[in-house]
Formats: sequence, C-alpha cells, structure tokens
Amino acid sequence: MTVKNLTDTRSNLFRNLTRFREFGIIIFILILAVIVSLRAPVFFTLGNFRDILLDISILVIVALAQTMVILTHGIDLSVGSSISLVAMMVTYTIKTYPNTSLVVIVLLGMALGAVLGAFNGLIIAVGKVPPIIATLGTLSIYRGMVFLYSQGYWISPYQLPEAFKMLAKGTPLGIPNIIIFAIVVAILVYYFLNYTRTGRDIYAVGSNPDAAQYVGIRKQQIIFLVYVLTGVAVGLAGVLWASRFESAETSTALGFELQTVAASIVGGVSISGGVGTVPGVLLGALALGMINNAVTLVRISPFWEQAAQGLLILVAVVSDILITRRVQRNKAK
Amino acid sequence: MSEYVLELKNISKRFGGVEVLHGVSFGLRPGEVHALLGENGAGKSTLIKVITGIHQPDEGEIYLNDKHVHFSDPLQARLAGIAAIYQELSLCPDLNVAENIFLGRQPTTVGGRIDWRKLYSEADRLLTSLGVHLDLKAKARNLSIAQMQSVEIARAFSLNAHILIMDEPTSSLTLNEVAELFELVRRLRSEGTAIIFISHRLEELFEVADRVTVLRDGSYVDTRQVKDVSRDELVRLMVGRTISNLFPKQVVKPGEIALKVDHLSCAGIFEDISFELRKGEILGMAGLVGAGRTDVARSIFGVVPPTRGTIQVDGQLVKITSPQQAIDLGLAYVPEDRQLHGLIPAMSITSNITLPILKEYATRGWLQDKVERAAAFNAARQMEVRANSISQIARTLSGGNQQKVVLAKWLSTKPRILILDEPTRGIDVGTKAAVHALMSNLAAEGIAILMISSELPEVLGMSDRILVMHEGHMTGQFTRAEATQEKIINAATQTIATGSAM
Repeated sequence: MTVKNLTDTRSNLFRNLTRFREFGIIIFILILAVIVSLRAPVFFTLGNFRDILLDISILVIVALAQTMVILTHGIDLSVGSSISLVAMMVTYTIKTYPNTSLVVIVLLGMALGAVLGAFNGLIIAVGKVPPIIATLGTLSIYRGMVFLYSQGYWISPYQLPEAFKMLAKGTPLGIPNIIIFAIVVAILVYYFLNYTRTGRDIYAVGSNPDAAQYVGIRKQQIIFLVYVLTGVAVGLAGVLWASRFESAETSTALGFELQTVAASIVGGVSISGGVGTVPGVLLGALALGMINNAVTLVRISPFWEQAAQGLLILVAVVSDILITRRVQRNKAK
Repeated sequence: MSEYVLELKNISKRFGGVEVLHGVSFGLRPGEVHALLGENGAGKSTLIKVITGIHQPDEGEIYLNDKHVHFSDPLQARLAGIAAIYQELSLCPDLNVAENIFLGRQPTTVGGRIDWRKLYSEADRLLTSLGVHLDLKAKARNLSIAQMQSVEIARAFSLNAHILIMDEPTSSLTLNEVAELFELVRRLRSEGTAIIFISHRLEELFEVADRVTVLRDGSYVDTRQVKDVSRDELVRLMVGRTISNLFPKQVVKPGEIALKVDHLSCAGIFEDISFELRKGEILGMAGLVGAGRTDVARSIFGVVPPTRGTIQVDGQLVKITSPQQAIDLGLAYVPEDRQLHGLIPAMSITSNITLPILKEYATRGWLQDKVERAAAFNAARQMEVRANSISQIARTLSGGNQQKVVLAKWLSTKPRILILDEPTRGIDVGTKAAVHALMSNLAAEGIAILMISSELPEVLGMSDRILVMHEGHMTGQFTRAEATQEKIINAATQTIATGSAM
C-alpha cells in the first residue's frame, strides 16, 4: 500500500534527524576535543577529564531536573537562588550542630528544596501562573531570603567540619562522590522518564496537554510534581555545592539557572516541551563543561567563555528550529 | 431492560449564564451508527463532552446499560467503555504510535516498570485486528490525519470501548480515506459497537448512519431513521426553516482574462499548472487533500514563489514575490486554516477587518479610529457577522462567524481576484449558504474567484469551470455542464502515467 510506504520513509527520515540531533552535539564535542588537545595536550588526560566531570556534576543534577520541567513546556528560573538558600541553611545547621550526620544533612537539604519547589509548583499548577513569571518571582524571593537568613554573612571553610567537605570530594569508591551522585541521579531520572507511567505522562503533558487530559492524565498534578522533583534535586545540589566549595555565600549559584537551561537545550530538549532525553542532556552539560575547561587550558581570556557558551546555545536552538521546519515541510508534501 | 446502551434524559448544561443544552434526551442502541446533527453552536460538542465526562450536566441523568452513572472526569467515562475521537485530534505528537495508543495506561510489570515489549506487541495486535498498517515507532507528528485517527480508534478499542464517539472524523480526510474509515465503522457496528457520529456532510450520514438525532440551539428536535428521511427534511430540522437554494449560483457572462497561469511549477510540490481565470468566473479546484491545490494558491499569492512558469494578472506578466505585492495587484487569498493564517484570534473584529488596509485609515501615520471603525462596521454588517459588537475578540466567535470576518477582511481590500481555500469547511449549513450567496454576488460584480474545495457538491454547485489536481499535477478540466461527480473523482485519484520526481 502506498500510504504505508510513505510512513516508512517519513519515519526513517525523522529517525535519522533525531539521531542527528544528538550526533550534532557529539560531533561538536569531538571537534572541540581535537582542537583543544592540539593547543593543550594536557586536555586528553584522565586527570583533566576528571576535572571536567567534577565541574559538571552539579550542573548535570540540576539540568536533568530542569529538563523534566522543560519537557512539560515549563521553566524553573529559581534553581540558582534555591541552591543558594539550601546551601546557606544547611551550612548554618552544620555550624550550629557540627555532629549532625551527613545523611540527615542531605535529607534536610532535599526536604528544604522540595518545599521551595512545591511553592513554585503551587503557583504554577494551582495558581495557573506562567512558569517563567512565577519562577522569575521566586528567583528574587529565594535570593532575598538568602540575604535575610544570613544577614549578609557567609559561611567560610573553617566553619565547616572536614566530614562535610568530604561529602563531595571524598573518594571511597575511587572516584569523587559528587560524580557518583550525578551518575545516580542520571540513572534515576532515565529510569523514571522511560520506564514509569508518571515519567511518560511528563512527555505527554508537554507534547499535547489537552490530549493528556483526555486520556485521564492529571495534568496539574504532573506539573506540580516536576517542580517538586526539581526542588529535591536542587536541594541535593545545594548541599553538594556547599560541600564542594566549602562555603555558602549570598552570591552562591548566581545565574546558575541559565546554565541548567543551556545544558538542556544544547542537549536537544525542545523548549516547547515533549522532546528531550537524558543522554542528550548529559552531552549538553559535557559540551558546556568542555568549553569552560578549554577556555582555561588554551588560555583564552575567560571573557570568551560566556560568549562561546551563548553561541553554542544559539546554534543548538537554531538547528532545532531548522530540523522542526524540515520535518514539517516533509510532512506537508 | 431498555433497548439502549446509553441513554441521556433531560440533560441541561449552563456555562456562566448561558444555557447551551436545554433538556436534551438521547438514546443509543447497541450496534447502531447514530448521527448527531446540528448547526455550529447547536450543542453537539457540549453533549459529547457531557457523555465523555469532560463536562458535568447541571440537570438530567445518564444511564449506561440501565445503570445511573455520573462521570466526574474523562477517565471514568473511558473506564466505563466510552471512547471519543475529537475534532481536534488528541495524540501527543512527540510520542510514537504504540505509546499513544496506551497513553496513560502503559502495561507495566509487577514492579510498576513499563513493559515496553508488551506495549509494542499489544499495539501490533490491536492495529492488525483493525486492519491498519502503521509503523509502531513512528512519531505521531509524522502521521497523516487518517493515520492519526486509526491510532485514536485503536486507543479506543484497547479500552474495550463499546461506545465510540466520532466528532467530525472525516473533515480532513481524502475520499479514499473516508471510504476506508466507513468500512471500519461498519465492521465495528457489526461487532456490536454503538457509534455516535458527527459530521457536517449530510451525504455521509446517508452512507453510514442508521438513525439521526437533530439538535438546534441546544434543544432536542427529533430522532429519525436515516432511511426514512430526506436530505431537505434534515436541513429543515437543523435550521428550523427551509433553505430553498443550497447553491445559489448566478449565471454570469465571463469577462476578460483576469489571471493566467502558465506552466507554473514549484520543485517537488507541484508541476506544470496552467489555467485561465476570467472576470466574473468561479473556477473550482478539486482534488484530494494534499494534491497541491493550496500550494498553487500560495505560490500565486507570493507566499512561496514558484520555481518555474509565469503568472499574468490582467494581461500583464508579473513576478509575485510577496503577499503584499499580490495584494497591491488586486489579489486576495482567504486561507484554509482560519485560526492559523486568516485571523489574529486575540484582536477585535475591527482590527482584523482593517488589517490589510490600515494605511487607508491613517493620516500622517496616525490611525483615524472613527473612520476605521465605521468601515469595519459596514463590512461586518454586509457579511452578516453575528457578534455583540465589532470590538468583540475574534477568538470568541463561532467558526462560521470567524470565516465571515476573514472574508470581510479580504473584501475590504477590494480585490479583483479572490482565492478562497476551503471557504466553507467546518461551518454549518446556514452560514454555508450565506457564504455561497456572497461568492455568487461577488462573481456577478466581476470579481474573478478561484475556489479550492474538497467538497464535491460545493465544487459542482458553485463553479463555472472545474480544475482537478492529483499529486501536484493537473489531471482534468471540466466545464460546469460536463462535470459530474464520477469524472472529478476519477481525475482526482488517477495515477500519472508519465511519472515524475515525486
């Protein structure tokens, strides 16, 4: 039947294009790696690779959460402020009660994050406020709370116990814990998005909210959930941030929300929802981390770093638009 | 036991202060195709949404197999065996065929993990049993409308639905696809499924429906056996009056050639299109959905300039590279998708109507508000737009009224050549007749009209000449006198012997 043949060619074409989407970022990473290693051979060493992974671990954790939000056609701009608030609150707790167990600290951070995320979720899912507005508001509110809570003071390394500092950089398993945390989060999110109904519901809600509702998916609950989950991830990230940098300041994670959005988008997550994969986001975070690393290694002025990252985001978004257009044109034929 | 699987008794529903359903009763027998008929705004969609649990009735009862039921959300209705295929298709474009079928109820293992293997094998089994061949892993985004409907039907039957509601399933299908759909409908009926069928195309009711219930202005009018009722009678029941002349085409003596297209091609989309259009003439363009008719119109209008061929307007060779240029040459194009191309939904009727000619209402860059509103008011009145005021936001109008606003907008540019793309798709019989009468009047005034339509009665009833396209090629040209339904269908479905790069 001709109709069937048509579908086959269309879907093959589309499969190739989606594959290309992640291919594109892989090719970028490879080209960047070759260029940088020509200028700075140290790039291709295990030590440097470890540095890059260390640098992007927290980014991976939060970008994966951000991805879930973007999949529902939302965005969470408050993650940077939330990280700062969680970092500040847990380090104050440790300063006051130095004997608190690390498990309790991590759980406390995740619980705090969940509360902040739930507040976002309530405004968006129940109050029906557009996510970009709601989280722009909480971005300022949460940052303001950091100042109020800390009275402008910061927590310095000497105020933190050694055990807490080892939470991120300790290597009981041979590689730094913080990388392990990122890997575990990536596996959990991958499993959640691909092998649970709730995970698939996230894609459905982002892809076509009305359709999701017609089949009985509770849209508002799903939307609320992704912000809470993001809060939990942000809570973990806040604790790890304080541990890795051995401090908490009012300017902690300032502007970090944009990096998480960038990692998602560079990794092929569609800003209009419904499209995006965990491996893609991991590659996106890796690409950003490599730019960061390359700028240092090749001794380019750090001023270029942001510009390079911005360019990458634009390339990613423009190619996303071009692919979509191409697919639509093929469909129209 | 009553004879009905589903019975609605005295259903009323209000939105705000407006009552959209007043005491509607409706009975559905097992194994019947029951058509629901009514003009836009008659309450069909609301009734469907009450049955499927999207809306809850303010008054009245619903009985399912003689049991009083109350659906507080769509999921409950689905679990009770009621499935619906809505006008706006409810697939997730980024998910694949198999997953869309089982959306929200993917099979899981004991541990709650989605069992993808089972999901694919079940989906395959379902589609095979429906006689549909689809790539299970194709994204819904890349399916044709007919294929999307197959997925929705499969979804309905994955739930063991015994009541299937189809809301205008044929409005975007080609003739072949409609035939295939009807075959499926008949098979489901013979297996005992009760089907509620909504369509604006009366011919289709006579083809598949057993009984028909007519609604008008939110009230129940009558239920008839389809075989005992005539087309005219149905129209009368629907509009509450007799529409004497469905296609009021006036005989106009064609004038000079207004538009001449020679060997127009757009690589990969359409090839070698040539025709003439005279003043006062209505040239119908028939063919299947996707035959390239809209692309030809868009090319002429400068949206996607052609790659080869020439266009002459009033005997002058022109190269149209933008819609603005086309408008300046006296062309107007009323697109198929009103929401997408024809209207700015968030703007008022006035702003929509005067949009293409704003500069006429501006002196030194400032808009003359009063003049603009007066012009819009006259245009809207001439088109009989039904609205509270001309400040009403276009989105809030019914489909038929939106179409009138789009027409008013383009007529305000005083076009000499008017291209209408599916001018009456999805609008009700009454409005349709009004649009047809208007077209006829415009032609009588000497405007040249190119009308793209997938509705054969409309093409046959309104055109002076008919041009048929198939897969990007012209496959037939007929005068009003020689055209018949069969000839057009043949031309619209034939395959091209010469072949091409398609």
